[in-house]
Amino acid sequence: MQRKLIVASSPHLRNEGVSTRRLMLDVVLAMLPTAVASVWFFGGSALMLLVVAILSAVAGEFFYQKHTHQKVTVSDGSAIVTGMLLAFNLPASAPWWIAMIGSLIAIILVKQMFGGLGNNFMNPALAARTIMMLSWTSLMAANVLPHAGQWLAPQTVDAVASATPLGESPASYTLWQLFSGDIPGMLGETCKLTLLAGGLYLIIRRVIDWRIPVSFLVTAFVLFWIKTGTIYSAESGSENVLYQLLSGGLILGAFFMATDYVTSPVSPLGRIIMGVGCAGMLFVIRAFNPSYPEGCSFAILFMNVLTPLIDKLTVPKPFGYVKPAGSAKEA
Amino acid sequence: MSGKKGITAVFMNGIINENPTFRLLLGMCPTLAISTAVTQGVGMGLATTFVLVFSNLVISLLRNVIPEKVRIPSFVVVIATFVTIVDLLLKAFIPSLSQSLGLYIPLIVVNCIIFARAESYAFKNPPLRALADGFGMGFGFTLAITLLSAVREVIGSGTFLGIQVMPAAYHPMAIVIRPPGGFVMLGLLLLVVNAVIKAVDKRKLAKAKEEIA
Repeated sequence: MQRKLIVASSPHLRNEGVSTRRLMLDVVLAMLPTAVASVWFFGGSALMLLVVAILSAVAGEFFYQKHTHQKVTVSDGSAIVTGMLLAFNLPASAPWWIAMIGSLIAIILVKQMFGGLGNNFMNPALAARTIMMLSWTSLMAANVLPHAGQWLAPQTVDAVASATPLGESPASYTLWQLFSGDIPGMLGETCKLTLLAGGLYLIIRRVIDWRIPVSFLVTAFVLFWIKTGTIYSAESGSENVLYQLLSGGLILGAFFMATDYVTSPVSPLGRIIMGVGCAGMLFVIRAFNPSYPEGCSFAILFMNVLTPLIDKLTVPKPFGYVKPAGSAKEA
Repeated sequence: MSGKKGITAVFMNGIINENPTFRLLLGMCPTLAISTAVTQGVGMGLATTFVLVFSNLVISLLRNVIPEKVRIPSFVVVIATFVTIVDLLLKAFIPSLSQSLGLYIPLIVVNCIIFARAESYAFKNPPLRALADGFGMGFGFTLAITLLSAVREVIGSGTFLGIQVMPAAYHPMAIVIRPPGGFVMLGLLLLVVNAVIKAVDKRKLAKAKEEIA
């Protein structure tokens, strides 16, 4: 196989050397800058949460599979991704046991009990985050002001009352603060710079399909534009498009959560429906539900559950397909 | 299988072999909705047991009088009578429990455990056996719902029978006493109970084999 150009008939699958392990390593690599940023902004407690979450996810998967006499698949790296995503969804003030219980819920309850990798019907990290959010609302919503650079001072974190900058009005953060991550929030959702870089890397490496994040962001952009009428103005507080797009878990969700292979549709059209649906649900929750200023996780979980239906509705038509003669009458 | 067994076997059948909650998975609506606190679980279980025992008895007594075609409406009349009695008794003597169980007491009328026993047992068996079956099934249900509500109350509120049992540092996992937590905890409890029963059966089988050999 020395030739670089291979002439073959469609479909053109490019899966030489693609394995779950390589994909997961790419995802970890894409999330690393964000992890570093979270430690930079939130200090040692962020590092501790990341380590605890990843270790418990891996250990949980290992011991569950050992105990149930299954093939141990820890080395595929998917547990590392789940643990990391879970830590990204925690505030820096969360105690270590929340990271541990969350990872165990994600791996054992949401993933392994439904049959392991490829069979879970919801994104494990998101489902676990939602379970913890509803269980320990005060611990999970207490957001921590960033302390850029002072990363050995985890004990002096100040908790602020609102869940995300979305809950505050008028907005007290500049666009640059929102973009660079110098705002209170969950560990992995604040720094948009590293999130976008990681997302772009995954799209270029073809690890994720561009359709979900792009349709997600575009739909959100349009919906918030219709609602607020301004793309950006400093006076309008959180009531403008850019503020909405850059705050909360939207970017993290669009690139790293909604694109989960197992819980997103397979067909290209289905993926666009997924992105549009996520943005639609997110918009509905943010705009019309005063008790939840942030709804990204609920929106994605909702679309996770719809994924099998979307897949069923968007089966691509085979080339040259002709409708059976009888079907016109039935329809 | 019910023909030759003794009364005790009929009674035990409802508690272990055909436990309505853990083995037959009947009556899930009250099980999930009520089991957020132990007092509610016990109250619901006993109220259902009362209805089950008397409806079984009366239906068994009337089994030769009720025509086959109208048996379901007849069951409804009998069951509804006893549910009304329970409802009024609770309102009169334990108003706090009546208030916390609310709609779920009148809803015992449509509890499928009671219908299932009326249809499949009481309608075909003599009164004494039907009575034992009613007690067995009722206690089986009470045990199961109490167990589930104990687990949910301890994890979800850190209390047992309203008394703080977990250390002050414990943060109650609030989702466990909400509806989604109910489904998850019921599933996990089913897993544990069935694993235990399986292990016990295995041991019994091994013992029996040893005795033969």
